[in-house]
Amino acid sequence: MGIPLDLLLEAVLFGILLGGFYAAVSMGLSVSFGLLDVPNVAHPAIMVFGSYCTFVVVGRFGLDPIVAGLALTPVFFILGMAVYRFYYEVFERRGGREAGVRGIAFFFGVALIIEVGLILAFGVDQRMVDAPYIGKSVALMDDIRIPMRTLVAFGVAIVLTIALTLYMSKTFTGRAIKAVAQDEPALRLMGANPVRIKQWAFGIATATSVIAGSMLIIVGPVEPGIDRDYIGRTFAVVVLAGLGSMTGTVAAGLILGISESIVLIHPSLGASWAPAVSFILLLVILGVRPQGLFGR
Amino acid sequence: MKFWIGAAVVAAALVAMAALVNYEYFFFAGYTVLMFVVLSTAWNILGGYAGYVNFGTPAFFGLGAYSAAVLYKATAAPLALQIALAAVMAGLLGFGAGLLTLRLRGIFFAIATIAVTVIMQTVFINWRYAGGATGLQLLRPEPIAPFESYIKMLFIVMALTALASVAIARYIERSWIGRGLRAVRDSEEAAEASGVPTLRLKLFACTVSGALMGVAGAPMPMYLSFIEPASTFNLTYAIGAIASPMIGGTAHWLGPVIGAVLLSSLQQIVTVTVSNETNVLLVGVLLVFFVVAAPEGIVGLFRRLLRRR
Repeated sequence: MGIPLDLLLEAVLFGILLGGFYAAVSMGLSVSFGLLDVPNVAHPAIMVFGSYCTFVVVGRFGLDPIVAGLALTPVFFILGMAVYRFYYEVFERRGGREAGVRGIAFFFGVALIIEVGLILAFGVDQRMVDAPYIGKSVALMDDIRIPMRTLVAFGVAIVLTIALTLYMSKTFTGRAIKAVAQDEPALRLMGANPVRIKQWAFGIATATSVIAGSMLIIVGPVEPGIDRDYIGRTFAVVVLAGLGSMTGTVAAGLILGISESIVLIHPSLGASWAPAVSFILLLVILGVRPQGLFGR
Repeated sequence: MKFWIGAAVVAAALVAMAALVNYEYFFFAGYTVLMFVVLSTAWNILGGYAGYVNFGTPAFFGLGAYSAAVLYKATAAPLALQIALAAVMAGLLGFGAGLLTLRLRGIFFAIATIAVTVIMQTVFINWRYAGGATGLQLLRPEPIAPFESYIKMLFIVMALTALASVAIARYIERSWIGRGLRAVRDSEEAAEASGVPTLRLKLFACTVSGALMGVAGAPMPMYLSFIEPASTFNLTYAIGAIASPMIGGTAHWLGPVIGAVLLSSLQQIVTVTVSNETNVLLVGVLLVFFVVAAPEGIVGLFRRLLRRR
């Protein structure tokens, strides 16, 4: 390949940090699409919306971006529940011909509206936030320096992943969400209301995407169209993971992060090929192993 | 028969327009409207009849445009040959992409088509001969005999393409192919079980749809005298191609035509008078509105109105 070993090592290290971040931004989609089967192509747009909300809150109250993201979770939780309720009433319940096609078109339209709404409200300029850890870097070994912001995002990603995994496996509601994904009619027979559980789960998925959004704006500047870069990444991670698998999401995020950062430093590929990495990965998985790494 | 008379009237009207109107911008805008008629009609063959959402319109459109541009750069071939090559290349892409992805369920197929678009764009960004990321400047040849301006000629070419693609879509809709595709849309398992060759039908639809999108893209390099990856593989084409059938109605060949004419005329007006962002916002709002409130589109609304009387 012609890449010096130390450069490769650095790329892998950076890829791991990037991968943790990718896993975290895909968590919400892993729940909403992976477990609930909702074709939520607006997920990256909602996340970018979260970035802008973080931007506004940080600007107004001078909070730390992560604290701001956390403070916004209840709002996004309610927003998510409302979106799912609407989606359910209009598409899932009525069902019928083409409900699937229209559901996808619906979320596509929502993504467009969010994207353009952000352009109209904030313009196309890049936005960023200030925090003590942004702009600093930590020295690791002799000459490898890692930006603090990436490290912080990685840390938040790990915490978020662990919290969500524990929630899904230990709590009553978490298990109920998994049960809905596995066998909805059975759940209905047990006397539980699958729609309420799904609504709750979609709320959680949306709440995690505002945290993802605040990480996004920590990692780098954000502009309204950035969601398009994340459609490929998030769906690649979720599909590679095997729909709805949390451990799989982490593994898939790492695979994507490392592949991207190696392609980035590769002498004959470089930055112009990086956006295609996630999509090529996605097509390969869909062709070779559609159930993903940890598929059900 | 009625359809063919109507088509002839529309064709005659467009030709008369080209002969009488001498306002260049009209053809510039009209070309775009007609192009979206082709794209939406092509999209509807797979999306409307078979229920497979294709986000990859820019991939087929862009491949068509680039095939034409590269052929022109290499051999200075006439427009007709450029279009033919574009149809073949985009058709092949449709066949190949279909083979790879049509076994996938709804949303997976949709995401896979976005993947195809990004990969195509990346390939052309990295292809030096085709201009790379900066693009390729092309010198338009003289227009062919009866036409005094090249834009007018392209307008007529696109008008004929639009009529041809509507005729093809209508043929498919009414033949056993269309019935098979509708069976796929309503229940793929049931169709398969009753002996409908589902994969072959979907592949056919994907190939024809792709080829038509390629044809829609082929005159683009000549239209702009320029080609460049970011705008050629732009998501805008996917948005228009999806929104128009959804607004007009996906069940009938007339739906995408009505949707495309309304939507892109409106877009032309809003882009010029307000702003490009408002224009995209409008498309998003209309798309969501129709998908939620009028799932059968404008054609469906009219049908319901007629039935009630």
